[in-house]
This record gives sequence, structure tokens and C-alpha cells, in this order.
Amino acid sequence: MERVLSPEDARLVEGLRAGDEAAFAALMRMYGAGMLRVAQMYVSSRAVAEEVVQEAWLGVLKGIDRFEGRSSLKTWVFRIVANTAKTRGVREARSIPFSSLGDGEGEAAVSPERFLGDGERFPGHWAVPPASWAGMPETRLLATETMSVIRRAIDRLPSSQRAVLTLRDVEGLSAEEVCNALDLTETNGRVLLHRARAKVRAALEEHLR
Amino acid sequence: MRLDRELACRDVVELVTAYLDDALAPGDRERFEEHLVFCDGCENYLDQMRATIRLTGRVEHQLPAELEAQLLEAFRGWRAN
Repeated sequence: MERVLSPEDARLVEGLRAGDEAAFAALMRMYGAGMLRVAQMYVSSRAVAEEVVQEAWLGVLKGIDRFEGRSSLKTWVFRIVANTAKTRGVREARSIPFSSLGDGEGEAAVSPERFLGDGERFPGHWAVPPASWAGMPETRLLATETMSVIRRAIDRLPSSQRAVLTLRDVEGLSAEEVCNALDLTETNGRVLLHRARAKVRAALEEHLR
Repeated sequence: MRLDRELACRDVVELVTAYLDDALAPGDRERFEEHLVFCDGCENYLDQMRATIRLTGRVEHQLPAELEAQLLEAFRGWRAN
């Protein structure tokens, strides 16, 4: 059996098993906000999503003795919140038609006006190409203001795109882990991620002009 | 090079995530990379997407204080049982 538990994870697992509040608080602060976003993909309101997160933590606490470290603690925690939210979503009798959640089919990554039209000599090529950010100072890229722009862009995403982006680009789970946790096909997961990234990029481009 | 096989920038921008995940078929990957060689706009787009991913990973996300307090309360309740 492959064990991938990092020393930090091992300490946290031990802490949780011992009922250590500091370990719980640390985990909650690391993953709580991401868990809330995952929950929102499956349930209809913020209030219910918060209940899901509470329920998921109880699941984590109950299950921690059986946690074997075959995935990272993070991946395991996110699988639990996704499963809790799916169960709750079914109880809420909310079917999840992807179209209504913004699966991104038919959406363009870049606004069509940025490209030359079909009547032009090079149809589909850039009319207004993106600028290079190579000379952009790191202080500007990492400024509080830039971070707020990204956070707001993420908040505006449709819930399924937000959940996928959170797990991939914020939490750093692999494509496979995300698709498994959220029951997405590889293609579907990639489309959602691409749409989400494209929107965050567009918000950044606007801000950094 | 056959023109009808050439990708337009409009197509290239849709392939970026698949490219970064190394999920393009070998032929498509080749066409994608060929396009980047002569297209500064798409090269910048790819670089901007890479920067977006990197910066997204740097954003801090916090739970609402109220929910945090509730969760700690629930934890204490669970531990007491």
C-alpha cells in the first residue's frame, strides 16, 4: 500500500485522534473556506452549505481513526465534504443539471470581439492581443489589490467552476483527484477548470492594464 | 504546412488547460506549439494563464468568523462526548 502522508499530515492526524483543538483549528483554517465552496456546488443556499461543512467535519472526526493515509489528508477531507454535500443535495431533491450551474459548454474563454471576424484576412486571429506581463513587477502581481481582484473573480464564478478551480488551483489537488471527488468526467472537469481560469485571467488582465 | 490544419488564435486559447495538463493528442500538441512559435499574442495568453494559476494559488481564503466559531463549538461538543 502506498503511503503518501507527509510529516505535517501525520502530526495533524495524530492531533485529531487525540482530540487536540489546535490541530482541528489548524485544519479548519487551511481547508474550511475551500470546503464551503465545494459544498456550494451541490446545495442550494449558503446556509445549507455551512451546515454541510459542519456535518463534514463531524465525518472527519468520526472517520479519522480509520484514515489510512492512502491519499493526503487534504484530499480525504475534500472527498468527505463533497460526499456529504452530494448526499445533502439529493435529500434537498436538487438535481444538478450542469447547464444551469454553468458547465461552460459553449462559453468562450476569450470574448469573440478580441478576434478578427470571418470576413477578415486572418479570421480567428487576434484583433486585440493580450499584452505581455513579463515586465510586470512581482510586487504588483502579489499586491493586496491584485489578490482581491482574484478573490472577487472566484466569488463570481458559477458554483461548479468555482469548486473545480478551488480544488485544482487553490488547494493543488490533481485533475484525477478532483474528478473523483466531484464525480466529473475528465473532459467535464477540464472544461469547468478552463472556463474558471479564463474568467480569473480576464479579470486580472482588466486590472493590470 | 497545410493552411486548413493551422489553428487560429481563437482555437488556441481554448486548448490551454488541456495543453498544461498534457492532455492534448500528440498531433494537436504539435500544432499548438507550432502556433506559439509565430504568435506573440497566444504566447502572452499562455503566459498570462500560467501567471493566473500561480497567483490564484497565493490568494488567502478565510472562513466567516461566525462559522469558524460554530465549528470550534461543534468540535468541543464532539470531544466532550
